[in-house]
Amino acid sequence: MPTVEQPKENSWEPRIIAFFCNWCTYTAADLAGVSRLRYAPNARIIRVMCSGRVDPQFILDAFSKGADGVLIGGCHPGDCHYMEGNYKALRRMQLLKRMMKDMGIEEKRFRLEWISASEGERVKTVINEMTDQVRALGPLGLPKKFAEWDKELESLEHEVNGKRDTIHA
Amino acid sequence: MPDKPKVAFYWCASCGGCEESVVDLAESILDVVAAVDIVMWPVAMDFKKKDVEAMADGSILVSLVNGAVRTSEQEEMAKLMRKKSKLIIAYGSCAHTGGIPGLANQFGREELLRYIYEESPSTVNPQKTRPELKVIANGSTVTLPNFFNIVRALDQVIDVDYYLPGCPPTPKLLKQALEVLLSGKLPEKGAVLAPDIALCDECPKKDTKPSDLKFTEFKRPHWMQIDPKVCLLAQGILCMGPATRGGCEGVCISGNMPCTGCFGPPSRIKDQGAKILSALASQVEAKDEKGIDETLATIPDPVGTFYRYGLPVSLLRRKNFNSTG
Repeated sequence: MPTVEQPKENSWEPRIIAFFCNWCTYTAADLAGVSRLRYAPNARIIRVMCSGRVDPQFILDAFSKGADGVLIGGCHPGDCHYMEGNYKALRRMQLLKRMMKDMGIEEKRFRLEWISASEGERVKTVINEMTDQVRALGPLGLPKKFAEWDKELESLEHEVNGKRDTIHA
Repeated sequence: MPDKPKVAFYWCASCGGCEESVVDLAESILDVVAAVDIVMWPVAMDFKKKDVEAMADGSILVSLVNGAVRTSEQEEMAKLMRKKSKLIIAYGSCAHTGGIPGLANQFGREELLRYIYEESPSTVNPQKTRPELKVIANGSTVTLPNFFNIVRALDQVIDVDYYLPGCPPTPKLLKQALEVLLSGKLPEKGAVLAPDIALCDECPKKDTKPSDLKFTEFKRPHWMQIDPKVCLLAQGILCMGPATRGGCEGVCISGNMPCTGCFGPPSRIKDQGAKILSALASQVEAKDEKGIDETLATIPDPVGTFYRYGLPVSLLRRKNFNSTG
């Protein structure tokens, strides 16, 4: 009997990394909590000062470390605490979305949403929707794929450090 | 007379431009030859694999290996050079970050082989013959290396001590690197032997770079007459300078061609493509989705542009396929 329970194939749950801006969406998520709204527990929320602080590197890093989806929440256009941050976020994400599609990552794994501090209900709706969409897509599982890709290198390990042998029999 | 230090050159998936850059040392190459014994250099000298195998482990002071790793032969030779050398330098963009061959990571192995051996316009192959790993003909066995699923940078295959970036590295950087290594004052392991600054920092057109660019269109260099004195980004040309390491002294920029990113990123950048995407897209002038998309549509191939030399070392490494591709 194994002592540690192995996760079963059908027990997979989507993992969503959510970058929420301090001034609007994070406050809205707080409001959702205070209002005791129930929503899917799949989003791990990271508070950033502004949606414009979300470097595209963060998003790719999240995917490469095992996120199945990434959600960004910022203030509505015109409402940014830093005047322009959300526009910068929008411009980056429009191009990133295109690039990720070229890299084989489905568009629905990634979402940018404007949610103001008073829209607690919207946090609930967006997280629920996104969780359903990502669940329908299934796991992205990049760390596992990286490990699989690199298996092709193991075969020769013994070759140089040991005897020469037929390699490609 | 004591033995001179031994130096080796090797090439993997590369174009030969890196070898050329060694020859570009011009008369300085005589100083190199006077100071060291070259024990392996497939492009120029007749040493074989068995000659390297016969050498004691660690007896080569430094091997400069260029090219990405795509086949099992390249992997085997990289591992052999590692075993026989005290120091390995990943020489040039392909060994450093995957280089142009790394762009093949946008396609699956089967997709590539099918195109090359069946579909490309110049191919006549009605029987769809593909190379075999092992063929026995007239009683003798012929083998070919295996073609891996993905392209890798050198440090994704063996331990690398230093990196000399560039497509190809400049003779000046190579000369400096050899001098440092022969002096015995070794830099910290893992160092990229070029300044850790963005290219913009040493750009001859730096003074004309505005703080806010306000792109309405990304222009291609052949569409226009470029003002040689003004920052290329300010003229609406996509230049990789902000996310690319300096050290080339702006050779392309001085010829009025934008930087394409061959030196890889400076150390604080993790993913060169994501970073230049961020730098350029955030400075588009439009504020509405439609306007933004129209401006960004003038970058027809974001992956090929932003990761021209670095797809294998990017965070995503290759296109994601649902099957193994």
